[in-house]
Amino acid sequence: MTGSASTRVGPATSGAPALLTATALTRRYGSLTAVAGVDLRVAAGERHALIGPNGAGKTTLLDLVGGAVRADGGRIDYAGRDVTRLGPVRRARLGIARTHQRPAVWSSLTARENVEVAAWRQAGGLRGVRTPGRFRSRLREPALALLDRVGLADVAARTAAHLSHGQRRQLEIAMALAGRPRLLLLDEPAAGLSGAEVQRLVTLLATLSREVAVLLVEHRLDLVYALCDTVTVLRDGRLVASGTPAEIRHSPAVRRAYAEAVR
Amino acid sequence: MTPRPSRWLVRAGAVAALAGAVAAPWLVDPYTTSLLARTLVLGLVGVSVAILTGVAGLPTLGQTGPFAAGAYAGALVGLHVCPIGLVQVVTGAAAGALFAALTVPLVVHARGVVVLMITLAVGELTVTAASRWRSVTGGSDGLAGMPAVRPVWGMGVLDSDRERYLYTLVVVAALLAVVLIVLRTPAGLLLRACRDDEARMRASGHRVTGYLAAAVVATGALAGVAGALLVSVQQYVSPADFGFEVSALLLLGAVIGGVASVGGAIAGTALVIAVRDWLSGMLPGHAPLLLGGLFVVTAYLFPRGVVSFSAGAVALLRGGSRPGSARRVPDRSGADPAPGAPVPARVGPRGSGVGT
Repeated sequence: MTGSASTRVGPATSGAPALLTATALTRRYGSLTAVAGVDLRVAAGERHALIGPNGAGKTTLLDLVGGAVRADGGRIDYAGRDVTRLGPVRRARLGIARTHQRPAVWSSLTARENVEVAAWRQAGGLRGVRTPGRFRSRLREPALALLDRVGLADVAARTAAHLSHGQRRQLEIAMALAGRPRLLLLDEPAAGLSGAEVQRLVTLLATLSREVAVLLVEHRLDLVYALCDTVTVLRDGRLVASGTPAEIRHSPAVRRAYAEAVR
Repeated sequence: MTPRPSRWLVRAGAVAALAGAVAAPWLVDPYTTSLLARTLVLGLVGVSVAILTGVAGLPTLGQTGPFAAGAYAGALVGLHVCPIGLVQVVTGAAAGALFAALTVPLVVHARGVVVLMITLAVGELTVTAASRWRSVTGGSDGLAGMPAVRPVWGMGVLDSDRERYLYTLVVVAALLAVVLIVLRTPAGLLLRACRDDEARMRASGHRVTGYLAAAVVATGALAGVAGALLVSVQQYVSPADFGFEVSALLLLGAVIGGVASVGGAIAGTALVIAVRDWLSGMLPGHAPLLLGGLFVVTAYLFPRGVVSFSAGAVALLRGGSRPGSARRVPDRSGADPAPGAPVPARVGPRGSGVGT
C-alpha cells in the first residue's frame, strides 16, 4: 500500500475479505488531477460512503471503479482479479452496477422495459428469455417486483421520459439492482428526492442483502452516518480520512478539510 | 398495458393502404404501375434507412451501398444463373448483408454526423466502383437483357408491369411484416435503448457495438433484397440507380416519415418520390425546389414526421386533447421525450448532440 495510508483514522470492517481494492488510483483531466493516488478498500457486503466538498473527486472515483473512465495510474482489484484495464461492459458483467448523479435511464422505454433491459444479461440474454414463459418468469416478474420495491409499481407502464426526476432516480436504482450486482455504486441517490422518497430509499438500502456491497457518494451526512459502516473523506482528489462514522464525525482532519473548503 | 383503441385505427389504415396497393395496377396505366413498383423498392430501402437512423441511431446516407450490391448480385444471377425470383432475392439479401458486414468496422464506432459522412463516402465509393468495374457491372452502361423473372420454380414468367408490381408488393409486404415483428421483440427494445443511452447500456453489461453491427448487417440484407427487386422491376441496372440523390431522397423520406417508424418510412419515401416524379412533371426542372419545399413544410408542420400527424389526428378524432389521452398515444416511435411538445425530428441523437 502506498500513498495516504498514514491519514487513515482506523481500519473498518477489516474482518471481511476485500471485494474492491483500489491502489494509488489517479485520474487527470488536462492539468486538473481529479483523483490523486487514492487508496480505497471496500469489503464484501460493506456500506461505504464517499464524502467531501464539491470537486473532491468522488464522482470520478465512482467512474474509475465502474469503468466509465480509465485510470491514468494505479490499480483496481475486484473480487480477486485485476480489472484496471477492463471496460465498463466487462465490469458490469462481473457484478459492478452503478447509478448516476443525473439519472441515466432509457427515456423512450417504459419503466418496466428499462428494468428488463437492465436485467437482460443477468437473465441469460436472448437464449435465456427466448420463450414467452421464460421471458415472464426471468425478466417481467422480477422487473415488476423490483419496481414495487423502489415504489414505482403504479408507473411501470409509463415511459421513462414522463417520470419525475425522483422517480427516474429510483428507476435507475431498480435497474442497477436488476443486474444482481455484488458492488453497487450510487452517486448521490438521495439528491432531488422528496421526504417520502428518501425514507423509501433508506429502507431499501437498509434492507438490501449483505451480499451486495455499496459504495455511495452522498451529501446528506445524516443518511451516511445512519446507513454506512465506513466513511471515506476526499478533498481535492486526495484521501483525507477513512473510518467508522463515529471516528469520522470527530476527526479534526475532516473538520479541517470541510472548513477549508467552505472558506 | 392498457388497450389502445387507436391501434385499431392504425390497423384499419394499414389494411386500407394494402388494399389500395393491391388494386392500384388495375386503376393506373402501366408506366405508373412500374413507377409504383420502384417506389415500393425504394420504400423498402427507406425502411432500412429509418431503422438505422431512428431505431439504432446511426443516420445513414450509405444504404445505397448494400442496395447496389444486392441489385448487381440479383442482375448477375438473372443473367447467368437462373430467372427464379426467390434465388435472386436470397442472393441479393446475402450480397447486401455481406456488403454491410464489410462496412461495419467503419460505421459502428462513429456517431451522429460522423456516421453521415462515413456512409456518404461508402455510398459514393460504391457508385464509383460500380461504374469502373466494367467486367462485372457493365460500367456506366449498366447491365441489361436479363430474362423476365419467375417468382418460384413452376410459376410463369412475369411479363407485364402489373405482374412485376404484384411480385414486388408481395415480397416487400412479407419483409415489412418480418421487420415489424422483429422490432416488437426484445431486439427492437435493445436497439432503442442503445439509441437512448449507450453508456447506460454498457453499464448494464450490453455490448452496444455488437448490437449495432447486427442492425447494420440486417438492414443491409433488407436493402440487398430491394436491389434484387429493382432489377426484376426494371430489368436493367446502372450506377445511376444508386447516386447521391437516391441516398439523400431516402434519408429525406425517412425523416419526413418520422424516423423510427416503418410505416412512416414507406409513406415518407412515397411522398418524396411522388413529389419528385409526378408533381415535378407539372413544373419541369423544379424537382429539387419542390423537394426542398416539402422538407421545410413537413419540418415545420410535423416536427416528428407525418406519422406523428396521423397520431395527433387520431387523438383529435377521439375528442381527446386532454393530457391524459395524449399520454396514451402510442409511444412506439420512441423518438419523443414528450408527446405534444414540439420536438424536432432527431437524426442520430446518440452522441451527436442533435438530441440535446
